[in-house]
Amino acid sequence: MEFKNQVYGIIAEVCQDDVVKENPEIAIFEEGLLDSFGTVELLMAIESQLGITVPITEFDRDVWDTPNHIAEQLAEMK
Amino acid sequence: MIPFSSFFFFILIGILLLPTIILGLRGKRMQGYNMFATVVALALIFSKDAHGALLLFLFTVWQVFIIRLYLAYRLKANQASVFYAAVVASILPLVLSKILPFFLTHQPHQPAPMNWLSFLGISYLTFKGVQLIIETRDGLIKKKIPIHRLVYFIVFFPTISSGPIDRYRRFEKDMDTPPEKEAYSDLLYAGIHKIFIGFLYKFIIGYLIHTYILMNIHHISSSHFVQQLTYMYAYSMYLFFDFAGYTAFAVGVSYIMGIKSPENFNKPFISRNIKDFWNRWHMSLSFWFRDYVFMRFVFFMTKKKWIKNRMAVSNIGYFVLFLLMGAWHGLALQYIIYGLYHAVIMSGYNLFEKWNKKHKWWPDNKVTMVVSIIITFHVICFGFYIFSGKPFHH
Repeated sequence: MEFKNQVYGIIAEVCQDDVVKENPEIAIFEEGLLDSFGTVELLMAIESQLGITVPITEFDRDVWDTPNHIAEQLAEMK
Repeated sequence: MIPFSSFFFFILIGILLLPTIILGLRGKRMQGYNMFATVVALALIFSKDAHGALLLFLFTVWQVFIIRLYLAYRLKANQASVFYAAVVASILPLVLSKILPFFLTHQPHQPAPMNWLSFLGISYLTFKGVQLIIETRDGLIKKKIPIHRLVYFIVFFPTISSGPIDRYRRFEKDMDTPPEKEAYSDLLYAGIHKIFIGFLYKFIIGYLIHTYILMNIHHISSSHFVQQLTYMYAYSMYLFFDFAGYTAFAVGVSYIMGIKSPENFNKPFISRNIKDFWNRWHMSLSFWFRDYVFMRFVFFMTKKKWIKNRMAVSNIGYFVLFLLMGAWHGLALQYIIYGLYHAVIMSGYNLFEKWNKKHKWWPDNKVTMVVSIIITFHVICFGFYIFSGKPFHH
């Protein structure tokens, strides 16, 4: 839970919208909360704050679509 | 024999793939036979082109060597310089083949000298090699790839001449998870359907446009302007039906072989804006450049903090992407200008999109949607007009 909350916090920061923390099932890209640039910023924040390096080519919008799924993917990559 | 250019080719492939179909309908593995079928198909394709066959062989050996060597290195170390060297080595054959024509002397009254470095598919196969090296660098490919699998991926015959551009890990997954009988039977029907769509698009519609409009421009109108305008619309349609038709063949035959090659087109002429267009036209190429050039460039710039402005980084990224894409088509004025044109349009739209979000000037309703589609349609058709080379041959 601690890790998930950390991830949600990072996503909220990059999207500049707390709705991410309130609703972890929200479809980030569909709702326009994040664009390609935001993706880059997100991956960089994840690298610097969580120490997990996610290659840009690994980031599939269909898989990393909600805050919940993102946290799950990252948990596997720790 | 150019792939998919005659009914005879389809008949030969149909016979060649009968074992594949039988294996598939019984739910058995077929990729082993498909590898053999690929070798036979390539022999057919290059039957009158021994020079091309030799180049394909040498090119494949070179790519396989670089990829395996880099992978072996990467499993132990990860220096950036080695990565760049591997990428350069991988694109070297293509770059040389693009530059060679400028060094060949063209004697007057003689036919143009043959580009002895180029062969059918070189432009498309290079993408596959580079893609493997980049994913190896990113740690997404973590173990050695057996030579026969690597070769099969690179020279997979349905997509050898003009794509679609597939990606190794996706291809490997299809190789390793053979479909059940019912799933294969669906795939078979879908593949056959696609082949017939291809016949309609390329051999009927594309052919008609070419024969009765493009070759007939002077009889359609005597006004230079109307001629050029007609050419612009007709060429754009012809390009789509010809290329989408070819793609349908390539994807259709892939499906019959149990490989779900990615699509290239998704109703591109109803694109609402230029960003939408590049998510609908020649998608496998667009996404390749997006993932392996644009995103990497943006990531690199953002990390190194050389340029702070997001908009600037984005737009420079688009210029890098589209100039590269233009040059990839060929080092000719029409292709470079085509690349430049799309770079300007994309950057311009990028700026407008951000501005509009803030000032809410262009509303979002049914009328504006139709107007957007019409404007975008003309912007892209003009781009194809440049691409055709017609404006430069007066």
